[in-house]
Amino acid sequence: MTPLAQSVGVTRRFGHLVAVDGVNLQVNRGEVVGLLGANGAGKTTLIRMLLGLLPASDGHVRLFGLHPSRTTRRRIGYVPQGLGLYDDLTPDENLAFAQAAFGGQRGTLPPTLRPLAAVPVGRLPLGVQRRVAFAQALAHGPDLLVLDEPTSGVDPLARARLWETIRDAADAGAGALVTTHHMEEAEECDRLVIMADGRVVAEGTVAEIVGRARVVVVETEEWGRAFEAIEAAGLSAALVGRTLRVIDASVQDVERALGSLSAEISDAAATLEERFLELTVAAGSTEAA
Amino acid sequence: MSWGVRDLDVRFGEHRALQGVTLETPNGRVTGVVGGDGAGKTTLLRCLVGALTPDAGQVRRPDSRRIGYLASSSGTYPDLSVEENLAFAAMAYGVPAAEARTRADEYLERAGLAAARDRLAGNLSGGMRQKLGVIRAMLHRPELLVLDEPTTGIDPVSRADLWWLIASAAAEGAAVVLATAYLDEAERASWLLVLNDGRTLAEGTPEQIAAGVPGTIRVSSRRPLDEAARRSWRRGATWRIWSPETARAESGTVRPDLHDAVTVAALADELDGGVERGDAA
Repeated sequence: MTPLAQSVGVTRRFGHLVAVDGVNLQVNRGEVVGLLGANGAGKTTLIRMLLGLLPASDGHVRLFGLHPSRTTRRRIGYVPQGLGLYDDLTPDENLAFAQAAFGGQRGTLPPTLRPLAAVPVGRLPLGVQRRVAFAQALAHGPDLLVLDEPTSGVDPLARARLWETIRDAADAGAGALVTTHHMEEAEECDRLVIMADGRVVAEGTVAEIVGRARVVVVETEEWGRAFEAIEAAGLSAALVGRTLRVIDASVQDVERALGSLSAEISDAAATLEERFLELTVAAGSTEAA
Repeated sequence: MSWGVRDLDVRFGEHRALQGVTLETPNGRVTGVVGGDGAGKTTLLRCLVGALTPDAGQVRRPDSRRIGYLASSSGTYPDLSVEENLAFAAMAYGVPAAEARTRADEYLERAGLAAARDRLAGNLSGGMRQKLGVIRAMLHRPELLVLDEPTTGIDPVSRADLWWLIASAAAEGAAVVLATAYLDEAERASWLLVLNDGRTLAEGTPEQIAAGVPGTIRVSSRRPLDEAARRSWRRGATWRIWSPETARAESGTVRPDLHDAVTVAALADELDGGVERGDAA
């Protein structure tokens, strides 16, 4: 089966800067793929190439097996972080406008949102606005959804409902490429691709990416003093509740750092976020200054 | 010391932004205020720092010079450099120049901003600007540090730096209160207040909230139908179905995590009210 979106060894240079460096990425039918990376990792540049908005310096990009073009663009549903709705128009007016401008079917609101069809979008809660944006992006029955932090800022129940919409589209045969900074969103995806410094540094399911990565866990009554001692030793402690978690260190390193301070030191499986940080630090990626 | 609010009510016209909300924030603890857009997080934080007077209820807070506050719209001056922003904050809060410099240097270095000290705040990336905002708010060793969604839209590397700053402030003894819409992040606080439509939906340590779910949660690989559909939500490739009745542990039931607990609380609230949350705007 032809992948919906595919990049093969794709590279993009801006002068001396290599923003994307030999990236292979594939989104298939029925699949939700999460694209993760710190700022400057190359995600936006990669997506712009996939959408056909930016030519590649090297390698190639295919959408539905074709070169990106206006025709392939029509088969994509895109929800930017800013949602792309008109605040002064109602949900119904927004959907009518999108149909007039882009053609295709008129988007339909979920039944529970019908009572709000005549309220200006700017006065609706963010979760409802996001669902209207989804309805608009899905109106023309796109084969590929491209979503930027699709559930940012909404409560967990609203988030679950937005994900249900994304999942329904995938179950019906579409594919989705989701970019996000939040691991809670990433964990909803079938497969993740992590970029750092223009390259893919890990890909697979959450379990595959986390693998055997461990962190050192410190439990102590005096977490404040332990925090300062770990920092003073040149290690980096993260506070979770009242426990400290240290990535990129061994139990022995932490024991040495804590000295005589009374604490229980153990190790535990890393979370996706901790593994992400480890991979990003290893790639030497720093935010573009 | 402990700061906080008791039985807070806030109205904006007809809209009840907060109803009977109580929160204790002791020194040295990170307290998370969780909820979606419109839940009342910002209103609560603004009452706590004295930026808004509630219609009813009590607020206990330190003198305004002992408070650090980062509003959700970043609290930095775009036309000043990173260093000037911090020097100005130090002056405003009466921090001796030498001490302010030492603290600023340490934080800028640790948060990865040292190379940006001469750049205008307006030219920084979102993550860098947010880190500067938090450093600015904590430079004078506040008793109470209040941060409104400091990590929303911020990439994970900058977020780790922000959390380092937050932990440093708590380690120095500040009572830290931060708002977030993300539960995985909220889980890092040692005490949580979950808000929904201006009311308290749940409160406690993340473990207490997860353990306090009434009834039973089942996992299903098929979409629930009819009445059960209203009590279900999708998580990854499977559905979760909540029943208010407590059943004996049977196969297919899950031990709820914080995510399940908050979803169930919102679902119960919605079923109770008979309208979908957010639709009543």
